[in-house]
Amino acid sequence: MEHVMDEHESNAEPNTRGTVEVTRRTVIETGTTALLLTTLPRAALAAGPAADSEPSPSPVGVELQINGHPHSLTLDPRTTLLDALREHLALTGSKKGCDHGQCGACTVLIDGRRINSCLTLAVMHDGQSVTTIEGLALAENLHPMQAAFVEHDGFQCGYCTSGQICSAIGMLAESRQGMPSYVTDDLTQPAAELTDVEIRERMSGNICRCAAYPNIVAAIRQTARVST
Amino acid sequence: MKAFTYQRADSAAHAAAAALKPGAKIIAGGTNLLDLMKLHVETPSNLIDINRLPLDKIEETSDGGLRVGALVRNSDLAADARVRQRYGVLSRALLAGASAQLRNKATTGGNLLQRTRCYYFYDVTKPCNKRTPGSGCAALAGFNRIHAILGASEHCIATHPSDMAVAMQALDARVETVNRAGETKVIPIAEFYRLPGRTPEIETTLKPGEIITAVKLPPPPPGVQVYRKVRDRASYAFALVSVAAIVDSTRGRIRSARLAFGGLALKPWRAAAAEQRLTNAPANAATFNMAADAVLEGARGFGDNDFKIPLTRRTLHSVLAEMTRT
Repeated sequence: MEHVMDEHESNAEPNTRGTVEVTRRTVIETGTTALLLTTLPRAALAAGPAADSEPSPSPVGVELQINGHPHSLTLDPRTTLLDALREHLALTGSKKGCDHGQCGACTVLIDGRRINSCLTLAVMHDGQSVTTIEGLALAENLHPMQAAFVEHDGFQCGYCTSGQICSAIGMLAESRQGMPSYVTDDLTQPAAELTDVEIRERMSGNICRCAAYPNIVAAIRQTARVST
Repeated sequence: MKAFTYQRADSAAHAAAAALKPGAKIIAGGTNLLDLMKLHVETPSNLIDINRLPLDKIEETSDGGLRVGALVRNSDLAADARVRQRYGVLSRALLAGASAQLRNKATTGGNLLQRTRCYYFYDVTKPCNKRTPGSGCAALAGFNRIHAILGASEHCIATHPSDMAVAMQALDARVETVNRAGETKVIPIAEFYRLPGRTPEIETTLKPGEIITAVKLPPPPPGVQVYRKVRDRASYAFALVSVAAIVDSTRGRIRSARLAFGGLALKPWRAAAAEQRLTNAPANAATFNMAADAVLEGARGFGDNDFKIPLTRRTLHSVLAEMTRT
């Protein structure tokens, strides 16, 4: 509410010089816009940035098991799994980067498999188990992958990190199941050794704009050795 | 996204019937459809979720091939031991596509039906005959680095983005469908995709309301299988040129060959004339060049994508040399 009061104050301060400058008011207006964006109705959020004027369709019920806890939600069917987590359940650890499946910041595990939560609708996952970054630690004990990211400085700004960690955990499970990758030399062999080249290829769906890649690879390499 | 109603299909025939209604759209993995819906390129008023249908099995067929359910995820198909042993080109092509997260979600049927990544198709403020028939093609005189050099028309020069479908083209896969009456049909993949011509908005020979239920792979042909993808990044990028090749050769002589290309046309491009030139030919540079001539017959660049013509030749040459090395 501080913003609103400030705006009233600024109205009483006319720009007498008539020059183009960044006034307190423009700064405050920008702040107000940001405030409004965070309080958009959820239907508008589900509709996305190009919000449509048409009324919301009838809501759909969905049951999700999230980090071991059952949740019953009633959602606009447009709600992506990512928006359901962030906006309806306040689980904001999963990040919205590109919102188009290109960056991997929204990666979560569904029944143990990594997916982009921005490119799937929450209603499509009725009855399924979702694990997010919030569900990895056991009480005060970090998941080994989280601890390895801390130990190896596997991040700088941290925005991609929860997606990187969830993706890396899903990737290790895939590797243990013997899933090949594009750089696996011999596809007829059951399991590929998790070399750095394999780790990089298998993690290519997670972008880090700080380019912490060498440290991310180091963290994953260490966790893979400890846990296999 | 535009508002839509959501329903789950309880049978393929039910989904086919529901899909016949105006504005209805089937959703499986959703990795391409939801992307397009967010941008208002796709604006369905009704989504029919088929993820609960029992179409997620890979089964042996009586002729020694495999039947891949339409809902088998790309990652599961790539990792299947039978596919890795017998259809290495398919496994490798799948692993060359997208990211692990997307492959965990994307389905076999959805991969076949994914839409072009032409920038102008994605940008609703630009003309695009595929998105809005009759509006024109912004790519013809625009940025067309990723666009087609074969089979294009003045109405559309987009490319098909799939890697999986290129391998399936080389394997002579057949697409199994069902309609609302429950009648099944099998479409050879060579007849599944259409070139743009005057109607780039019609991409396949599927009839309205016809649902893909499976892809059948015939027994693998003899020979070595390779999928080579050339792209701007080492991973997680669409093909500029890709080749699915199956070559049977011995002591410097090619007995038979199959070639399909990605990144060159609005459909995975099978090169029958080139295959003929390779049959019973010596495995040498002259033969490979003749094969490339046959692939590139009628090829035309649109400026930014002129490089694809020599790139295709070199990629094919490299692949054939590697596959026939004695």
